[in-house]
Amino acid sequence: MRAERVGAIAVRLGLIAGFVTLVQAAMAADFVIQPGPDAQDEIQEALIEAEPGQTIALAAGVFHLTDGLSLDVDKVTVKGAGMDQTILSFKGQEVGSEGLMVTSSGVTLRDFAVEDAKGDAIKVMGADGIYLINLRTEWTGGPKETNGAYGLYPVSSKNVLIDGCVAIGASDAGIYVGQSENIIVRNSRAEYNVAGFEIENSYYADVYDNVATHNTGGFLVFDLPDLPKQGGHDIRVFRNRSVDNDTPNFAPEGNIVGMVPQGTGFLVMANTNVEVFENEISGNRTANFLVGSYYTSGQEIKDENYDPIPKAIHIHHNRFGKGGWAPAGELGEFVKEITGVPVPDIIWDGVKPLPQYILGTPEDERIVIQGNVKNEGEVTFMNLDALFYSIWKVLATPSRDLDDHRGTLPPVKPVTIPGA
Amino acid sequence: MTGRLAVWLCAVSVLSGMATAAHAAPPVNDAALMTGKPPKMLSAYNLFTDGAKQAPNDRVVPYDLSTPLFTDYAQKYRFVYVPTGKTAAYTDDGAFDFPVGTALIKTFAYPADFRRPKDDIRLIETRLLIHRADGWISLPYLWKADMSDARLKVGGKRLPVTWTDGAGKSRTIKYRVPNKNQCKACHVVGKQVSPIGPKARNLNRDYDYPTGRANQLAYWTGAGILTGAPDPAKAPKVAVWDDDTSGSLDARARAYLDVNCGHCHNPQGPAHTSGLYLTVTENRPVHWGVNKTPVAAGRGSGGLAYDIVPGKPDQSILTYRMNSIDPGIIMPELGRVTIHDEGLDLIRRWITGLKPGDY
Repeated sequence: MRAERVGAIAVRLGLIAGFVTLVQAAMAADFVIQPGPDAQDEIQEALIEAEPGQTIALAAGVFHLTDGLSLDVDKVTVKGAGMDQTILSFKGQEVGSEGLMVTSSGVTLRDFAVEDAKGDAIKVMGADGIYLINLRTEWTGGPKETNGAYGLYPVSSKNVLIDGCVAIGASDAGIYVGQSENIIVRNSRAEYNVAGFEIENSYYADVYDNVATHNTGGFLVFDLPDLPKQGGHDIRVFRNRSVDNDTPNFAPEGNIVGMVPQGTGFLVMANTNVEVFENEISGNRTANFLVGSYYTSGQEIKDENYDPIPKAIHIHHNRFGKGGWAPAGELGEFVKEITGVPVPDIIWDGVKPLPQYILGTPEDERIVIQGNVKNEGEVTFMNLDALFYSIWKVLATPSRDLDDHRGTLPPVKPVTIPGA
Repeated sequence: MTGRLAVWLCAVSVLSGMATAAHAAPPVNDAALMTGKPPKMLSAYNLFTDGAKQAPNDRVVPYDLSTPLFTDYAQKYRFVYVPTGKTAAYTDDGAFDFPVGTALIKTFAYPADFRRPKDDIRLIETRLLIHRADGWISLPYLWKADMSDARLKVGGKRLPVTWTDGAGKSRTIKYRVPNKNQCKACHVVGKQVSPIGPKARNLNRDYDYPTGRANQLAYWTGAGILTGAPDPAKAPKVAVWDDDTSGSLDARARAYLDVNCGHCHNPQGPAHTSGLYLTVTENRPVHWGVNKTPVAAGRGSGGLAYDIVPGKPDQSILTYRMNSIDPGIIMPELGRVTIHDEGLDLIRRWITGLKPGDY
């Protein structure tokens, strides 16, 4: 009896507390928008009329939108009731190459979902300070070539935080940061995308405590030519899980991620100073870990200012599971031809700047591999010597020897973001 | 003293009014152009003596572009207003340096029947680009059905528009009046809103003024709204995309891409991250698309490997995206919901004529 009453009071107090929270949330927002036939215009007008520092609250429910939305006011917060409660559905989208586009700085987007955008789900361009928190981007029909390219897509930005987000079904990358600097991507999950997480042509990134599963490839760190920002460097990828990335590549042809073989745990291409550590990498049929030059992509390089070769890549204290038992795709076939099956845990294409074939590689530009462990047995490695293998097979000397890769490299500095 | 000055000013204005065939209309409302909170109605600016007829007020000068942006076949009426005592500074490349107080005015309209393009014209919207002290601002005004005035609509609008095309076929589209952000999405250089059209190369052509035919650069100079312009013969000039006599196929195609794509696809524009620069001044083939791989095109690639494959329009992403109205594929991203058949044909013929051996 007594216990029941206490319980009832607790429930009542809980309800009151909940109600107060609701009221506070409503009062804290400068705009509160409910789903309904006028929501398209109401949201867009709020995104235009909001003043810096103001909050736009999107109520729980499904918003059926026909036009892409855009925000160009600094320091605005757009807040939903949760990534599974507030859903911006673009199934009926007629106009706009993304669901939501942000072109201002200091913006926070949190607690909502963008579904079935015709192009990219959430794109951020040219921001200094962008905080993407507890968002979900999803194409609800599963992996399809007709899905939009990117889920979360900050580009040409500075001070980028992605925290607690979920990205599903992107035909390029679920969570992609390109041509940006000072980046943190953490506590997020990517599944059924071509690439789970991708950091491209960017400087200073920390990618940690994320999960990539059932993508084609889990984590990609790329640097591409012919772009205004290139020479990606200083990137740490740690404490992530890249497991069971088993979705066949469904990128529309012509996109660089089309080269990623089904079942790739990590792929580091070009870039300098990349530290990959304490990740769990397993269940990837082509290879758990690939490091290579841009030549791996099979594309011609016409850009004289571009460096296609990865330097100072430090792979340490990762835990490897099963991998490389059935290499897929063109790249997978190429690797398999040299390594046989299973493909070793860590593969390096072995391509170096030409002088280094004679003079050797400077200590601090090496690919360093140390302290990694395997669930069963020893961690395996292979240098494909892909350059010679491609030119004149007989001269190629692929090697499983780790001697040149022992030792250590200076740690890459952590990233800090104001307000993160 | 003040009274005498006022009388004198009044007399001058009466005289000048008589000289220009008795305009009774008040002058352009500079205060309205500069106010922080823009007027709800277009008429408040006094830009027109008759809005429905698009008859401009004094100092509001009509102009035309050699090769315009395609926007669903809409007819466009363009005007520039530069306040008394100020002038725009000429530049060879880019839009002119217009003074604070300038308004660029563009009205979108459809005749009921394109075989009679001057009759039964329905005004849809008038977009203003106003140069304030703190930068340019874009404001879309939507015309009332009776065309008595136009109302500010920062959130944009979707409305059906029907016309009969040149071949006598009836066409209906869901016309999009862009919202304020969409205006900026094209009109941006770096972080700043900026005019696109009024560049020397695109204005350097003749226009039929009420006072007779004249070169626009020369006329603007004569009207006291432009300084520093060279003799038109020495100024850059783009081809007219649909006039064979105005330039080579290459010149016309590049002029078309310059105006329709170059405002985003340039090293300072919103599409700079693609590395594809379609301005007429870009001379590195890979950057204007030859055998260039896309970067973040997604399904916009159409399963094709390169933006332009010389000699092969069907294998070029450029034509694939021009030939689509799917929001995930369409290029330009904004400004059209129909395919520009004639523009697409121009680009196809141009790519067909490019020789692989030249690149």
